[in-house]
Amino acid sequence: MTQLPGLLDTEALRKDFPVLDRVVHDGRKLVYLDNAATSQKPRQVLDALSEYYERYNANVHRGVHVLAEEATALYEGARDKVAAFINAPSRDEVIFTKNASESLNLVANMLGWADEPYRVDHETEIVITEMEHHSNIVPWQLLAQRTGAKLKWFGLTDDGRLDLSRIDEIITEKTKIVSFVLVSNILGTVNPVEAIVRRAQEVGALVCVDASQAAPHMPLDVQALQADFVAFTGHKMCGPTGIGVLWGRQELLEDLPPFLGGGEMIETVSMHSSTYAPAPHKFEAGTPPIAQAVGLGAAIDYLDSIGMDRILAHEHALTEYAVKRLAEVPDLRIIGPTTAEDRGAAISFTLGDIHPHDVGQVLDEQGIAVRVGHHCARPVCLRYGIPATTRASFYLYSTPAEIDALVEGLEHVRNFFG
Amino acid sequence: MKLDSMYQEVILDHYKNPHGRGLRDGDAEVHHVNPTCGDEITLRVKYDGTTISDVSYEGQGCSISQASASVLNELLVGKELAEAQKIQETFLELMQSKGKIEPDDAMEDVLEDAVAFAGVSKYPARVKCALLSWMAWKDATAQALDGADAERKTA
Ligand SMILES: Cc1ncc(COP(=O)(O)O)c(C=O)c1O
Repeated sequence: MTQLPGLLDTEALRKDFPVLDRVVHDGRKLVYLDNAATSQKPRQVLDALSEYYERYNANVHRGVHVLAEEATALYEGARDKVAAFINAPSRDEVIFTKNASESLNLVANMLGWADEPYRVDHETEIVITEMEHHSNIVPWQLLAQRTGAKLKWFGLTDDGRLDLSRIDEIITEKTKIVSFVLVSNILGTVNPVEAIVRRAQEVGALVCVDASQAAPHMPLDVQALQADFVAFTGHKMCGPTGIGVLWGRQELLEDLPPFLGGGEMIETVSMHSSTYAPAPHKFEAGTPPIAQAVGLGAAIDYLDSIGMDRILAHEHALTEYAVKRLAEVPDLRIIGPTTAEDRGAAISFTLGDIHPHDVGQVLDEQGIAVRVGHHCARPVCLRYGIPATTRASFYLYSTPAEIDALVEGLEHVRNFFG
Repeated sequence: MKLDSMYQEVILDHYKNPHGRGLRDGDAEVHHVNPTCGDEITLRVKYDGTTISDVSYEGQGCSISQASASVLNELLVGKELAEAQKIQETFLELMQSKGKIEPDDAMEDVLEDAVAFAGVSKYPARVKCALLSWMAWKDATAQALDGADAERKTA
């Protein structure tokens, strides 16, 4: 078996993930390489979910009985865990949402309805990049259309990185918000946060970072990032679906208006008007995803027990190995950085003229799960003149043997369509 | 292997040597996409009265969607509208069968090469690929005939 420096003890870790034992298509061992879409869940998270429902289930913040108090403590305890995980200065800066998409829509709507100095209107500009997930494009398009603001973006270089050469023309005095992805889900690129934040701060623009593909894979420190908002999603980091996070700087959360109205987010309500609860509750209308938050807390405990720096090292070693092995496959072209430097563990590629759908289908027949299509980042495909890509993405339980299986599988694809 | 039930020889042949590919003169043009995977097709229909005189198309997509457009062209060009609609409906029924319909002789008579797609109907994610051009044809036909109706009324 291939031994690489920095690898985790995957043999032990994989025992925590029941689904990884699955056998598909008449006897093929599952090779799950679709982790950028969603990660698998360890037993510890599954147990936390069922334990919550079996022992504690109650609505939060609205009862005096034992279960209500325990459920509230568990839900708020999950908030503490998230705050510690991202090094937030205060737990009140952690807003639970249903996913990263909702987190990003929340920021766009806070700014759309805000007063000066945050207000986005027809005299102002919004900046994103060409490598964003649709979740970090469409909310800004909607905001631009509704307010008349101008939407601008950074283009990409041929090797899959942000083209920052015109940064001073793109981020200007008119810019109110710069929103960009920390690690691209399609290209794998890790973006240079500092350069962008520095320019944004120069002109007084807010910065929102989509950390959906970073939080699961590397240490995340919102204070070091110096952003104003950071969004991510629970299901890609061993947590359940239905839970996301928006972190925002305290004074912004105090000043900015709520988006969704409902129970939980108010202080007092009369028929004429209402006053709002302080953040984070101001932004959490209605019964929140309680069990899911508890599940995310358990996922964070799990990740912490391994160590995010060790997970990063593991994935870096795998990525180095994968780019080297994939380079051996004839006609394979990596879309994105071709080395492991400043790169995450999602690798997109094309294989000659064979359409990714066909690649994915033949791989699936061998038990290998990859994602095919435009990965909710269609502008990237347009930029590189390709209809779609095949994407293999790794996680803490991925192994070099699985990369070998992928490379072998691709040989098979080439023979099938050759 | 199960894959062979999807990638029938006939399908791979159509994929490698598509019939009637390229855009030519038409009465109506539509552009359809499959947003989950990015397959796209631009398709034009040309009618001579109620006879289909041409179906031309251009697009990008997987072997299933491309082969399906080629089969459509081969099957529908030269047919009367009513017959073409019957073929389209039969193909739709087959593709929505989740692999449960074993095409009989009567179905084979209607669908000819298109029966080869029976195996694709077992793969929900790929059914849309197979139907892309057929839905585009249906849409384009409705537009072309609407246009013809409108012309008759104003004439
Ligand atoms: C970079 C990035 N941003 C945002 C999202 C959206 O996450 P969700 O679908 O959980 O809202 C994803 C996941 O697909 C992603 O990879």
